[in-house]
Amino acid sequence: MFEDKERKKILQVHHVKKYFPMDRGKQLKAVDDVTFHVYKGETFGLVGESGCGKSTIGRTIMGLYNKTAGEVIFKGRDVHALTEREKHAFYREMQMIFQDPYASLNPRLTVREIISEPMEVHRLFPNKRKQNARVDELLEEVGLNRDHANRYPHEFSGGQRQRIGIARALALDPEFIIADEPISALDVSVQAQVVNLLKTLQTEKGLTFLFIAHDLSMVKHISDRIGVMYLGHLVELTESDTLYDDPLHPYTKALLSAIPIPDPDIEEKRERIILKGELPSPIDPPSGCVFRTRCPVAMDICARKTPTWQEAKPDHFVACHLYNENGPKVNIQGHNKVEV
Amino acid sequence: MNKDEPILKVNNLHVTFSTYGGTVQAVRGVDFHLNKGETLAIVGESGCGKSVTSNAIMRLIPDPPGKITAGNIYFKGVDLTKLSEKKMRAIRGVDISMIFQDPMTALNPTLTIGTQLTEGLRQHQKVSKEKAIEKAIDIMEVVGIPNPKERLKQYPHQFSGGMRQRIVIAMALICEPELLIADEPTTALDVTIQAQILELFETIQKATGVSIILITHDLGVVAKIADRIAVMYAGKIIETGNNRDIFYQPQHPYTKGLLNSVPRLDLAGEKLEPIEGTPPDLFSPPKGCPFAARCPYVMEVCNKVFPVQTEYTDSHHVNCWLQDERAKSLLATIANE
Ligand SMILES: Nc1ncnc2c1ncn2[C@@H]1O[C@H](COP(=O)(O)OP(=O)(O)OP(=O)(O)O)[C@@H](O)[C@H]1O
Ligand SMILES: Nc1ncnc2c1ncn2[C@@H]1O[C@H](COP(=O)(O)OP(=O)(O)OP(=O)(O)O)[C@@H](O)[C@H]1O
Ligand code: SF4
Ligand SMILES: [Mg+2]
Ligand SMILES: [Mg+2]
Repeated sequence: MFEDKERKKILQVHHVKKYFPMDRGKQLKAVDDVTFHVYKGETFGLVGESGCGKSTIGRTIMGLYNKTAGEVIFKGRDVHALTEREKHAFYREMQMIFQDPYASLNPRLTVREIISEPMEVHRLFPNKRKQNARVDELLEEVGLNRDHANRYPHEFSGGQRQRIGIARALALDPEFIIADEPISALDVSVQAQVVNLLKTLQTEKGLTFLFIAHDLSMVKHISDRIGVMYLGHLVELTESDTLYDDPLHPYTKALLSAIPIPDPDIEEKRERIILKGELPSPIDPPSGCVFRTRCPVAMDICARKTPTWQEAKPDHFVACHLYNENGPKVNIQGHNKVEV
Repeated sequence: MNKDEPILKVNNLHVTFSTYGGTVQAVRGVDFHLNKGETLAIVGESGCGKSVTSNAIMRLIPDPPGKITAGNIYFKGVDLTKLSEKKMRAIRGVDISMIFQDPMTALNPTLTIGTQLTEGLRQHQKVSKEKAIEKAIDIMEVVGIPNPKERLKQYPHQFSGGMRQRIVIAMALICEPELLIADEPTTALDVTIQAQILELFETIQKATGVSIILITHDLGVVAKIADRIAVMYAGKIIETGNNRDIFYQPQHPYTKGLLNSVPRLDLAGEKLEPIEGTPPDLFSPPKGCPFAARCPYVMEVCNKVFPVQTEYTDSHHVNCWLQDERAKSLLATIANE
């Protein structure tokens, strides 16, 4: 889809860090030096296991969290240096959809009030009639109908509630949407409804998505490019098919091999990389490469030096000593085997 | 008991809950069996009755508001629905064990892991303290917890989520049960930890021959470890078969829909076909097929009568009117036109 090398970068995340202060002067390094960009019109997927910092990155990009270091540039402007007035305009362009369709909608408001709220804040329409007409239109866009407008969130199923959340996010006609686990709380058969809706909206409106989830199968399905996070770090980033066909980072390989595929014949033949041990704490992360305590091919240097973020192949970024220019020439093939 | 008899046989199980809003018909006539040493997966949408079914086997339905209103649950030939609570207590955790989704709720935060692990052994099997601790150390090793001796003295909060789930599994296994019921045992865990736990299940089953009922909504997990599968929808089992029957020859429109709505990591660009709509309300479940309102093939009869069970093959049973000879000839005529 994006053959053009001159693709426009709509969002740039430069060496962003987000540390949370903890007891006794300790710090929790939720996001630690993350760099990537998102092209206009694409879906960029961010995956990783619980607590690796996906939501924190999303919230820092939105400016909901102050950054500890680095820069977030949206359409050429530093998100964390906006004046109040500029912020107001910024929130018209960037919106967020949240994980929990049950908690993120105010139960005391009708669907119409929920969807109208951002329009009112931004005084989008001169009168109620025009605003109501837009609400009806939005409801139809997300596969609900205008009769739903006067009902309350609890009268809807999870999938329908997530549609209401999406309608609300679309109310200001944003260019960029951060979807933080928008389908995790939904049943399998309903997840596909919401994902298909997001895809349709993207084609119709030319939206750009940052899609955050821990379910790599779904992320791969919806994303053009994918970034893989581990313990606050981005460890690999490339196009989604390449990530599956030619993963470079040992963690990506293990992650891919751990995901069961709903096909018994394939499952029977698959070899798995079973990672030893548990996820370390972001308060006291391992020295050097944060993955080294579980990495099946860790070397001496991995404990001493943090691997640099580099383009190992065209459009394929990785942070791992195996791929350093003067790193050891080892051969790791396929994601079903790790050989040294 | 005959050696080839199933270890568990559930017949016509009905469970209801009375609530302010009315009576929830959570399980509405469920039949299935489990053979010795096999793993049966129960899959289905949230709220379809998977947990209620497994809690009923353990006789853990809170009464009130819940009640087993009909049916039998034969475990090694004994009908569990007829047993006193006292007799049931001697079976729970000893002959039949259960693992719950959330490891934290299964562990007591104020007792050491060692105390919790040995409790069952000492109470039910009258094992001495030393013997019980020895056994606890062994089982901690089996489930992959390093330094078990020291770890026994620690409390649940000192373990990570994955380790807690291993401890819960160790607790379920320490009395060497013949039947293990695992209700979403890996749903709260990350996939790399899930892979460790699933491997553990397979190893343990090989070593002990324990029969397993696995409840999950993850079809990948099912493909990996189930021998047989029961698909539930709105309080009923609508299709059962061997693992490959269900994945390669699904017959029920709901089962087909479920398989088409999950993306596959190993396939590129396939289109997801969601099942439109939502499951019915269990306060007043439909008379006919519960899937009728969402089914692309719905016929008049579907709304009126619950479909009879047909044997697609010996191992593969379906409740869908499309399997009826009359529907087949009807569909054939439509296709020919
Ligand atoms: N407001 C906060 N204060 C302190 N720590 C926080 C805060 N928000 C997040 N964290 C910590 O930062 C780390 C990253 O959390 P984050 O919510 O970004 O993870 P995530 O990748 O979104 O995980 P999940 O998949 O579980 O949603 C975690 O260790 C979390 O406990
Ligand atoms: N204690 C209770 N009181 C009232 N209703 C209940 C109770 N327990 C379960 N139910 C109802 O019984 C039905 C079946 O619930 P069950 O917990 O078995 O679903 P499940 O298939 O396990 O779903 P999930 O995948 O979400 O765990 C649901 O409609 C539920 O609301
Ligand atoms: S019985 Fe009817 S409604 Fe139910 S699944 Fe079969 S065809 Fe569809
Ligand atoms: Mg999150
Ligand atoms: Mg349940």
